Amino acid sequence: MTTDVSTNPAPDSVRDLDRVTIRFCGDSGDGMQLTGSQFTRTAAVFGNDIATLPDFPAEIRAPAGSLPGVSGFQISFSSNDIHTPGDAPDVLVAMNPAALKTNVNDLPPGGALIVNKDAFTAANLAKASYASDPLTDGSLSGWNVFEIPISTLNERSLDGLEMTSKQKDLTKNFFALGIMFWLYERSMEPTLRWVDSKFAGKPVFAEANKRALKAGYAFGETTEIFHHQQYRVKPAQLPAGTYRNITGNEATALGFVAASRLAKRDLFYGSYPITPASDILHQLSTYKSFGVRTFQAEDEIAAIGSAVGAAYGGAMGLTASSGPGIALKSEALGLAVMVELPLVVVDVQRAGPSTGMPTKNEQSDLLQVMFGRNGEAPVPIVAPATPTECFDYAIEAWRIALRHMTPVVYLSDAFLATGSEPWRIPEPADLPNIAVENWTAKETFHPYDRDPVTLARPWAVPGTPGLEHRIGGLEKADITGNVSYDPENHHRMTQLRAQKVAAVADDIPDLQVFGPSRGDLLVLGWGSTYGAIRSAVERLQQQGHSVAHAHLRHLNPFPRNTGDVLAAYRKVLIPEVNLGQLRLLIRGRYLVDAVGLNRVRGKPYRISEIEDAARLMLDPEGTAR
Amino acid sequence: MTDIAVAPGNGAAPLPVLTRKDFVSDQEVRWCPGCGDYSILANTQKVMPDFGYPRENIVFISGIGCSGRLPYYMNTYGFHTIHGRAPTLATGLKASRPELMVWVITGDGDALSIGGNHVLHSMRRNTDIKLVMFNNRIYGLTKGQASPTSELGKKTKSSPVGTIDQPLVPLSVAITAEATFVARTIDTYTEHIQDTLTAAGFHRGSTFVEVLQNCNIFNDGAWAPFREKDGRDDNVLLLKHGEPMIFGKDRDKGIRLRGFTPEVVQLGVDGVTEADLLVHDETAEDPTLAYILSRMWAPRFPVPLGVFRRVERPTHDQMLQGQIDDAIAAKGPGDLRGLLFGGETWQAG
Ligand code: SF4
Repeated sequence: MTTDVSTNPAPDSVRDLDRVTIRFCGDSGDGMQLTGSQFTRTAAVFGNDIATLPDFPAEIRAPAGSLPGVSGFQISFSSNDIHTPGDAPDVLVAMNPAALKTNVNDLPPGGALIVNKDAFTAANLAKASYASDPLTDGSLSGWNVFEIPISTLNERSLDGLEMTSKQKDLTKNFFALGIMFWLYERSMEPTLRWVDSKFAGKPVFAEANKRALKAGYAFGETTEIFHHQQYRVKPAQLPAGTYRNITGNEATALGFVAASRLAKRDLFYGSYPITPASDILHQLSTYKSFGVRTFQAEDEIAAIGSAVGAAYGGAMGLTASSGPGIALKSEALGLAVMVELPLVVVDVQRAGPSTGMPTKNEQSDLLQVMFGRNGEAPVPIVAPATPTECFDYAIEAWRIALRHMTPVVYLSDAFLATGSEPWRIPEPADLPNIAVENWTAKETFHPYDRDPVTLARPWAVPGTPGLEHRIGGLEKADITGNVSYDPENHHRMTQLRAQKVAAVADDIPDLQVFGPSRGDLLVLGWGSTYGAIRSAVERLQQQGHSVAHAHLRHLNPFPRNTGDVLAAYRKVLIPEVNLGQLRLLIRGRYLVDAVGLNRVRGKPYRISEIEDAARLMLDPEGTAR
Repeated sequence: MTDIAVAPGNGAAPLPVLTRKDFVSDQEVRWCPGCGDYSILANTQKVMPDFGYPRENIVFISGIGCSGRLPYYMNTYGFHTIHGRAPTLATGLKASRPELMVWVITGDGDALSIGGNHVLHSMRRNTDIKLVMFNNRIYGLTKGQASPTSELGKKTKSSPVGTIDQPLVPLSVAITAEATFVARTIDTYTEHIQDTLTAAGFHRGSTFVEVLQNCNIFNDGAWAPFREKDGRDDNVLLLKHGEPMIFGKDRDKGIRLRGFTPEVVQLGVDGVTEADLLVHDETAEDPTLAYILSRMWAPRFPVPLGVFRRVERPTHDQMLQGQIDDAIAAKGPGDLRGLLFGGETWQAG
């Protein structure tokens, strides 16, 4: 391996690839999330299909150079339709020894490893618990290592700028980004534009970041280190339309604003900060011109309480949290069930129990939102499968809540929330009309009367003359809504509340199957496992297996045809990032002997893990291998 | 006290003249016979027509406890919520429907124990809710446990050898939580409770009214020295804005300030005159006087009743609406298509 900086450029050659996966990793102060997101934007605007997986520590600034302080960002970009951010990186960019140590084992043998040689000091090696320097002890011999003195080269490129060397060092991530832009034949323009707007008032910083980026690019171009070999990933053939890159949390927030417009009601968002849901609050708080009222409450209970109060007044009351906050909200959610008001509760799931791993992914709140309330308190549950679906299901959650007069839980997760992909932007005119009317007719008003089809009760809001009435958490008498302790009435009301939620099944689409409509194996999933399951099933189908994929977006009630779909396959596999929560529901409801794939490591599944588990069920003896 | 203009709701048509009867619901009242809540309810119904709000624009929201039943008996909109959380629902309702008049009915356990956090924050935000806390120094609905206002050492079902918890002084809490209206009254003192509720109803902003209420079943006589007509004159200091603090059957006693410490003085003794007495100023920006008054308690002092503090600040709903109006003025009303197609986009196909 050479680190010589040669200055005699040779003609570049470009090789075409279908798909590349890059992982940037470094200290959480090294700007890896920014580096990754700049590469993502550039690839997206170029027209690749993309999928991303940020991975960052919960600590804002863990000790510099330490193992817990490592932050990473993986992006996969392709000329084909892709569903996941890639099982393993093709290229790993490691900015320090700690990042190398925590990530290098994910890099397949022969993979490209770009390291910032300058960071491999004795002190940093010690912080990463390296006994000897991996760059010299031969332990990296299985990979294609490129040692580049990124810090030194970068500092040199900033000569003459009025900055401290510490400030200069903060731009080295852009040097690394520049190298990657050259290597994958990317334009620097989108990032240069971003620098100009980001550092509009700080010309020195703007200049430094631009110089760092260009210096990295020029380094790739002029040195021998990469043998003047570039790689190209052509644009993907995406369906025609206007696209933007979007994370799940961004799509969720936009979906709620759209829902408010479609329902012609103001959105009220009560929220308490919690990872990984806070970005929804940040984003919605900028949409004031859309009449969005955001309220940072004193706690999770106040957040949902305020949303219920807003719903009582006829607004679209919304709250969001993650697992621990949802636990705190459960009593108030039960109140919303009892008073039968529309409400949407977002749960951006993270690894639990308790505080768990706040920035890491898990799907372990399904049973909490399904059952985690006192009494019989059913609520509809929807779960988007991809970052872009977060938009559609924000509207869907509101459609159900408004039409059926019920609180609805929207289950997202850390992977969906922070991962991104290209989004084909819908025309507002093509979105569904979800508006409902307030009740105003005096003569026929009974607070707990019901719509014969949906069983929804009338929404009579304060300010409506002649409809003054009282509601509350005490059991209601059927129709009148007066307080009632009558045993038969309680039984009837408990059943009515359950039937009302069950009736949502008449109002949602059937479960779709990807693959043969009957066969050997169905892989059933929900939420963010979608991409890995779909890719695994595609591979198995290509290998000639009789396997199909179905993905539930409605988890309560299930689509009407769910039982029929399950019965059409000899075996059912349910991969979940939990210990089998959907499987428990499916087995209990349909008496199907579904098998689980259950790993909880705070990360999404690799395609190969699902493929292997499915293959084992298709061919338990391994005879086909 | 009625000098603050109130927008009486949504109708431009002349409002029908309402009376107490219009605010009585068809529900049978179910408190224990003799409970102080009856008087609070009757007086609440009595003052309601004064505010000029159409009935449909008035909402009563309550938590859990005996007090929580009050909304059922008011012929307005009402919401009997969950333990301690009424202020949160009221906050969301008022934020999204600023034209409504929102009352919160709560008790000492509901407001200061399980719901303490919400009281603090709804007060400091100047949320325009009229919070009325029935203080009977006991848990009534759950049959007689100690409450956060029970006196130290009190023997109850849950503290058979006496409580070891220092009680809270509700008004001290409200004042330090930045409430803009703070007052105390007594359930059976008809004129006083009416005046106090009226002043509360006309205030715009976070309103905290403590009503000393007798629970004749589990804590009978808790407020006897101030509640009974007899001893009242000597045991109570009636606060009047702009007037010196004089009390006693013969109006011969007063409150004087020594440094930060109040003291009871006898008028005419040792040359003390009215000019030496503290003059009440409920509108003082500085909350110190109100706080000092909130710490005065029997037997060393007469118990102050009336409005301790009444200051004006923009309310939470006004400021929230202001930010929305500003955003619309600056950017125009939100354009959904522009929002969705905003940012960095590209074409495919
Ligand atoms: S328990 Fe006490 S406070 Fe409750 S209704 Fe009876 S007397 Fe009133």
